[in-house]
Formats: sequence, structure tokens, C-alpha cells
Amino acid sequence: MLYRTAGQFKTSYYADHALFPVRQDAMLLGFILLLAFVVFPMTADEFVFKALLVPVLIYALAALGLNILTGFAGQLSLGTGAFMGVGAYACYKLVSIFPEMNIVVAIALSGFFSAAVGVAFGLPSLRIKGFYLAIATLAAQFFLVWLFEKWAWLYNYNSSGAIQVPNIDMFGVTVAGPNASAVVQYYFVLCVVSLITLLSINITRGRIGRIWKSVRDMDIAAELVGINLMKAKLSAFAVSSYIVGIAGALFVFLWRGAAEPVLFDIPLSFRVLFIAIIGGLGSILGNYLGAILIVALPVVISALPSALGLPVSSATVEHLNTMIIGALIIAFLIIEPHGLARFWAIIREKLIMWPFPH
Amino acid sequence: MEFLNSILVKPFSDMFAAPDFLIQVLWEGLVAGVLYALIALGFVLIYKSSRIFNFAQGIMVVFAALTLVGLHEKGVPALLAVPMTLGVMFLLAVAIERVVLRPLVNQPDIILFMATIGITLFLVGFGELIFGGENKVMITEQLHIPTGSFEFEPFGGFVSIEQKDVTAVIGAVLLVGGLILFLNRSKMGRAIRALGDDHQAALSVGISLSTIWVLVWFIAGVIALATGIVWGARAGVSFALEVIAFKALPVLMLGGLESVLGAIVGGIAIGVLEKLFEIYWGQPLLGGNTETWFAFVFALIVLLFRPQGLFGERIIERV
Repeated sequence: MLYRTAGQFKTSYYADHALFPVRQDAMLLGFILLLAFVVFPMTADEFVFKALLVPVLIYALAALGLNILTGFAGQLSLGTGAFMGVGAYACYKLVSIFPEMNIVVAIALSGFFSAAVGVAFGLPSLRIKGFYLAIATLAAQFFLVWLFEKWAWLYNYNSSGAIQVPNIDMFGVTVAGPNASAVVQYYFVLCVVSLITLLSINITRGRIGRIWKSVRDMDIAAELVGINLMKAKLSAFAVSSYIVGIAGALFVFLWRGAAEPVLFDIPLSFRVLFIAIIGGLGSILGNYLGAILIVALPVVISALPSALGLPVSSATVEHLNTMIIGALIIAFLIIEPHGLARFWAIIREKLIMWPFPH
Repeated sequence: MEFLNSILVKPFSDMFAAPDFLIQVLWEGLVAGVLYALIALGFVLIYKSSRIFNFAQGIMVVFAALTLVGLHEKGVPALLAVPMTLGVMFLLAVAIERVVLRPLVNQPDIILFMATIGITLFLVGFGELIFGGENKVMITEQLHIPTGSFEFEPFGGFVSIEQKDVTAVIGAVLLVGGLILFLNRSKMGRAIRALGDDHQAALSVGISLSTIWVLVWFIAGVIALATGIVWGARAGVSFALEVIAFKALPVLMLGGLESVLGAIVGGIAIGVLEKLFEIYWGQPLLGGNTETWFAFVFALIVLLFRPQGLFGERIIERV
């Protein structure tokens, strides 16, 4: 009864092209934003910010970047972790070379470095397709992580080989580093993520987005109707790596606080890929649903035995955790290969029809 | 000039200055390459018959080796543990076919690829839960694998070749030979290749998809056990073995996803070249540890010239 699209007439093209043509969708989004901007910061404690809210947002952003490349433009990438690393190291160098630079500017600029690297490793996509292309991004993955380890200039020649985030102030408030408070970091991440999500929704439904989708669906047909494949694929690599790079900078500066090269190794790439696929390829909403699932699941599983009073050692819990996530990935793929976003679409259809079956 | 000398001249003069060391490096590369080739072979077999890009091959190697060592620790004689491990790999093949593959027939490639990553995670957790995460020693002696080494003194130098490596190479050659005979001469082998060419046509002439899939995953399990024994004898049995699964990917791409021959040539080429590069270019000039990425970058460069790999089927796009 609540979800009715009947009676919402559009009398102009402008209204029909609105971001949310259905009133209930806009209201739902408003409610979620209210939760994210007002209710969560007032109720959550330090642990919830650090273990759930901030990582969900950052992983969702990284998955959004990957989704633009894989879900919208159809180019498989297994190197997301390394591109996040490029963003993080670029941001670290920018902050240490120009200490007065505003952190927002530094993060925004660091995305360009990972975009450049992404385009360089995206060049083979013009010749190599499908699984063969995975090798290009895997080459990026292993080569870049090796570079983070060996190129001492990147981590300012310190002996630990890791990068440590200094305290960074913005308008008198500490936003990054050991002294920053969790709420401030949460708001910072939330604002960046919301802004980029808004931009990507508009990019993917605009001209470039339609070009990407046509390349994904059939690149030969796209070429025949006059789409420049080189521009389309490379722009997808650039935009995707830009977003992934920003996610990487946020990952280290606003969440982890420190990073070693190992952090950006292949498990991170796979985690982001899981989020994108379980959430749903070619969907923006899916990244958030997938990130919530993948981030919350280990927290829930490790909290469960002690909550139930079961005597299980922490090592066993960790192994069970890996096993359950593996099994869940398979289960989700079997139940709904198009991801959680499709679930929401089905629920929405049902709600519109309810109480009638058809 | 100095720089050009250090990358173009000095490595080669080093090679000729110490030919015994060069032989040692080449042999090490060859043995590593044979192992890469074995893992890649498991991939190729599954890809050929079902177009599934099986990421779980690496963890199957670890799982098979762990099962073998774990059974032996429980008191099972070594020579009985091998057939029992094969039995476990068969059950695993049946379970994967029933639970994972059958419901996912006809899904896009990437979904099946993700499912094999799911299998990987599941097996990692399962293996650690049962056998523990610590490093184990492969039961080399109990399996009657010789452990001594042959020593030569060519060109007045010194070369040492371990007997278990020789056993590994001979074993791999026999395994590959048997596999090629099986694929090309037996009825089942023809069915596997038919399924790889065209699923629907194969089904319509009465080839059972599920039987063949179980068979193929079981053969991949046998190859995994062989690889696990050999690699475990060299480096111990632990989940660190999983990294060699990544090495099999460039091997596959280099050789071509469908080609058994390609997997072997690609594996040996990458094994030898990455050792040479590491010793003569990587360590003196780049700070070492180049083996992590060399294979990938090399495969990428080759793919730029031959997008289907060295021996892959020519990619023909129809509209």
C-alpha cells in the first residue's frame, strides 16, 4: 500500500529525467541519509565507527570504482588492491611534500595518480579480452605491491617500510592521524563517499555511461555504431581507478592510520571484487549492500560464539569465518547470480503489485 | 653507458664467467617450471571441458598434500594414504559438481570464476580447521622418493641436482604423457574434448555432462596431489603453497587457455626465465624478489603480440 507509483504523473521531460522519478524512492533515500548523517553519529560508539560504519563506506566506494570498470564497461579487473595502494601512497607523498595542503585536495589529487596508472595498465585491454585481460591487472597487482616494498622514496626511507599517517588538521579540526576522533572521520568519509556516489550515478546514466554499457554488451556492435572503443575503455579505466585511488587514500588516512605494502596484496582485490559481485555488477546500490554484508559478516561471526556462551578458540573462529564466507559466496551466486541489488528490484516489483500476484 | 652496460652486457658476461652456476640456475628454473606447468595443466583440463576458469586449483594442491600428510600423522601407512587421498579428492570432485557447478550451469564466466574463489576460501578454512594452519613436512621418505643428490663438476665448477627434483620431473613427464594419451585415445578423453568444443552438441549425442565434470575435477585432483607431493617435498606443506596457484595464471595465459602443450611450454618457459631474470637482473639491479611479478609482466608482453597466447585457439569473433 505504501509503495504505489500510480498517480505520479510527469508533465515534462525534465521531470521524467529526474534522479528519482518515483517519490517513494526519494523518501527512502532521504530516510537512509538521515540515518547516516544524524542517527548513526548520535548512537554509535567508537567500535561501531571503526569496525563497521567507516569500513563499509570505504569498501563500498572501492567496489563502486571496480563496478564502473567491470559492471558498466565489462573489463575484468583483479588489481583493485594495488590501485588503492597507488592512491594511498600518492596521498602520503603529497601530504609529506606539501604539509600545508588541505587533506581534501590531497585526496582528490591522489586519485589522478591512480587514474594514470590505471590507464597505463588498461592499455592492453584494447587488444586483449576476457580472462586474458585479467593478466594485465594481475601484472599491475603484483608489480605495484613489489614497487611499494622496494621503492624507499615512497615511504620516506623510514626503517619499518610502512607508511604512518601524521595528524592532519582541517579548519582547526583533526581529521586524520592518531588524534582524530572517530565521529569526525566518519563524517569526512561519508561526505566524500556521498559526493562521489552522486557523481557516479550521473556519469553512468549519462552519455559516457551509455557508451560503457554498449561496449560491455557487445564491443563490435558498439564500434559499428561509431563508438571509439579506445576512448570508451580507457575512460572507464581512468574513472574507475580514480575512484578506487580515492578509496585507497581514505582506506589508509581515515581508517587504518598506517599501511604496509602487504595490505594492498591480492586478498584486498578479491574482497572488493566479492563486494561488487555479491552486490550486483552494473549497479550502484549493490556496492553498498555487498559492503555491508562482507564487512558485517566477520564481525557478527566472531561475536556470535561468545554471545551464545560457546567455548570456541579464536583461531577456530577465524577458520570458520573463512569457511562460512566461502560457502556464502557460493550460496549467493546460486540463489541470485545478479547480486543483492536484483533482490531489491524484485522486492520493489512485488511491493508495487501487492496485494495482487501479477 | 654505464647503465646500458649493466643491463645488456654484464649479465651475459656473468653467465659465461660461471657456466656451472648458470646450469644450476637453469635446472632450478626448470624444476619450478615443471611444477607451474602441472598446476596449469589442472586449469587447462577444467577450462577445456567446461569453460570454467578454476581458481581453486592452487588450493586443491594444498588440500591434497595436507590430506596425505594428515592421514599419515593419524597412523595410516604412507602407501595406503595415497589411494585414500585420491578417494578424498574424488569425493571433493563429486561434491563440487553437485553443490556448486550443477546449479550454476549456463551462468556467465565471471560468476563461475567467483564460485571457484568461493570454493578456494571454503577449502582454506576447512583445511585449517581440520589440519591446523602450521607448516607440515611432506612424507618424502615414506613414499620411497630418493632424497640424495647428484653432483657434477662441469667446466671445473660444481653443480648439485637433487634426486627428488629428478623424480619430480620424471613423474611430471609420465603424468603428462598419460594425460595426453587419455585425452586423445580413450573414449572418455574424446568425450571431454567434445564437451569443450560444444556443450549442446555433446549433450545431444549422449555425453553425460555431470559424469564428465566429476571425472575432469577428479583428474585435476590427481594432478593436484602429484603437484602437492613434489612441491611439498621441496618447500614443506602449508597454505603458502597457494601462491603458486597465482603463478599458474600467467603460465596459462602465455600458453593459451585451451592448450595442454601450451601449459607445459609456458610453465617451463616462465620457470626458467623468471629464475634467470631474478639472478642476473633482479638481484643486482632491482633489489631482488622480482619473481613475484616477472611472470605476469612477461605474459602480458607476449599477449600484446598474440592475444590468444602462444598455443591457444585463434579467437574468431562472429557477429
